[in-house]
Amino acid sequence: MTSSGSTGQVFKKMKSLSEIETTAKRASKAAGFSWGESEEIGKCIRQLEMFGLPGVKHLNYYFRDKENNTYENLSLINVSNSSSPNPYCPIILGISFLDQLKILENYEKIYFTNIAYPIIFLSFLSRSSEIIGKKINVKFDKKEILLNLNVNIYSNFLNIEFPKNSKNLEISFIENKDNFNENEWESLYKLSENTFVEETDSLKKSAAGAGLTDND
Amino acid sequence: MKVQLRDPNKIMRLSRLGSFHQSKLSFLRSFLNEFKDWEYKRDLFNLDRFGYGEAVYSFRKNKRTYSLVCFANKIKDDERSDRVIATKWDAAFTLHDGVPNQKDIDRLKNEVPRQEVGRLSFKELTLSRANKSVRVFNHVVERLSEGKQPDLELLSNVGYLYRTTAVYGSGKFGLADRFRIKNREEINGPFRLEMMLVYLVRQFTFDQVNHVAHHKNPSKAVVLDRKICKNLGIGNSTGLGMAPFIVNHPTLLNNWVMSREIALKKIREIKIVKKKDSVLFIDCIKKSITNITSWNTDSEYQQNKIKNLLKDIKKFIHFIDNDFDFEDEYPFNQIYLWLDEKACEECIEYVVSIMMEPYDEITNPLVSQMSSEEDKYFTIPTNRTVKDLINIIEKKYSNILEINFKKKQNTQNFWFISKNKEEPRLADRFEEGGSELEQPLAIARDVKKLHKKLLDTKNSSTVAEFLSKNSKLRHIVRRAFIVEKFPYSEIQDNTIGKNIMPIDMLRLKLSFFGALKFDPRSDKWLRICMFQGAPLPDELKNYDEQWVYRTSI
Repeated sequence: MTSSGSTGQVFKKMKSLSEIETTAKRASKAAGFSWGESEEIGKCIRQLEMFGLPGVKHLNYYFRDKENNTYENLSLINVSNSSSPNPYCPIILGISFLDQLKILENYEKIYFTNIAYPIIFLSFLSRSSEIIGKKINVKFDKKEILLNLNVNIYSNFLNIEFPKNSKNLEISFIENKDNFNENEWESLYKLSENTFVEETDSLKKSAAGAGLTDND
Repeated sequence: MKVQLRDPNKIMRLSRLGSFHQSKLSFLRSFLNEFKDWEYKRDLFNLDRFGYGEAVYSFRKNKRTYSLVCFANKIKDDERSDRVIATKWDAAFTLHDGVPNQKDIDRLKNEVPRQEVGRLSFKELTLSRANKSVRVFNHVVERLSEGKQPDLELLSNVGYLYRTTAVYGSGKFGLADRFRIKNREEINGPFRLEMMLVYLVRQFTFDQVNHVAHHKNPSKAVVLDRKICKNLGIGNSTGLGMAPFIVNHPTLLNNWVMSREIALKKIREIKIVKKKDSVLFIDCIKKSITNITSWNTDSEYQQNKIKNLLKDIKKFIHFIDNDFDFEDEYPFNQIYLWLDEKACEECIEYVVSIMMEPYDEITNPLVSQMSSEEDKYFTIPTNRTVKDLINIIEKKYSNILEINFKKKQNTQNFWFISKNKEEPRLADRFEEGGSELEQPLAIARDVKKLHKKLLDTKNSSTVAEFLSKNSKLRHIVRRAFIVEKFPYSEIQDNTIGKNIMPIDMLRLKLSFFGALKFDPRSDKWLRICMFQGAPLPDELKNYDEQWVYRTSI
């Protein structure tokens, strides 16, 4: 449903993020999660939708499938984690990841096999990235996703349907470092110097600290 | 001299919170202060002779415009209801971000009068509806059309022409999410846009009543006297929908109460009070008596509170006039200590509010601290230990740990969301069904559960380890870490006990809105009045800041 507005733009009848969060929270409680877990789910689905990712859709899929399928609840995460034959529940896995983050960030890489609805798990990883102040790289099924401090999610998934299951998923924490090399920086810095003015000797003499003994 | 902030274990009890009064920190007063130099305009007034149609009012400054779009509708008397189950109202309103064009108005005309079942867009900021006080509205129309002013006694008994029955914001029904507008300086205070809506609605009610009176008798009708207009506000019926809000927004609650407490502390720490400040304080106290004597309610509970307030205020005035010298050092501290010993809670908080009147330099900086970035405090610090958590609970919830939840009366009630209106409700756990769907608002009971469970856990365990085995307590663990940082974030009382007065929770929130004349209609809903005595929009550039204590009807 649409209608047009003051600037001639067309208004889609949207749900607000606040409605999405509240409804996802209540639905999660109704699906059997505790209130505290449901609060986490509400926040994560809101975040996915804000990033333009299909959070509501996949949460619906998950709740629908949960009635007929069994999911494994992993509460203690290790470097390598495998679930067979039932996939991991992305919510319990996500909450465990958040809760154990201080330990997990010490690992270079963390591996998971068989996660249901990995997009839901991604939203927890995105929040984790913000909490520890490091970008997180996720690789699964030939796809790569960069979780950037919960400010955005960068991926080559655009316009591709998110899978309902991830066979192999690899997580690595990216140490904070520049995205450019020293030459690239020098080149830019040199250009910026063209906005500076050469100081005369007389100006130098009256600048801050002038006339004082630096050893006083 | 350093004065300590008041103890949250005392201030955050429901009986104390239910005695709070409006002050300079209240949102409707800080709204007026912020928008006093904005340009006010009535942009559209397209009503038929009976007062039905559309109107638009705006505030603008530089390139920013906020427009109230009003739709006045004809409804039958038997369709008029203040209850949330109503589906039709005398008028419906939305605050539009910008200047609405005809297409916007046409779009909104299809949505706004339908309220909860309509759909708004991110260009709309708040949504509301209101019903006439038919008795007062018709009386005013009748008298004005005869060329006379209305009966002041009748107006005094009611205080408004219309009362709103809900004001929605922050993303409800498709309205703009808070994050879209949060960086605007002029709305850096809670509920500022809701206050704007109510304030402009008030002006619409005056314009509408004048319009209808004029068309009833064009040759004879007069307009409602400006002084009478000023002494009329907007009524509001408020039910339990408001109560969970203060539980669900702990850091926001903290920031409201903390601002009040910091203001009081700073005022008590003033060593020498200037003559002009003490004169203003005493003047406000004395003039405010009208607000008490014209405070009408059928509620026996509130009548007793008003009676005690009036008695104690008179005692206080006698003390100030006869046994007190403002030239002594730390006079406001002395006043506070006197009140704490001799006055009821309603009177203590009443005078605390008035103490702020002379001190813009204290209150103004606090106004901008009354919002909260709640998401910042959402993450549980799961690397902390169980011992840490036990210490927090024992220090911050000492009153609550004394409650015995094995006694039936202490778990008598439960909070739930009604299926038909998606509104919070309270019911008797032992008589009504649905307690298995209880909302997480029984904080005291859950804190006690958490404490017991923690005592059975190894002290050195991390909170992460604890939560992996006790996920049902996750919501309360989060709260405990919030209250560690935000001492006024938690109601220090049992919200499900047999004797709970939910209206105390409503009163707390409404006092921060700036409401006057709380009129409980039961223990679960009340009526209030907002903006009574406030300047009219065309007077905002130069108005009396103490208007709230100068009402004359």
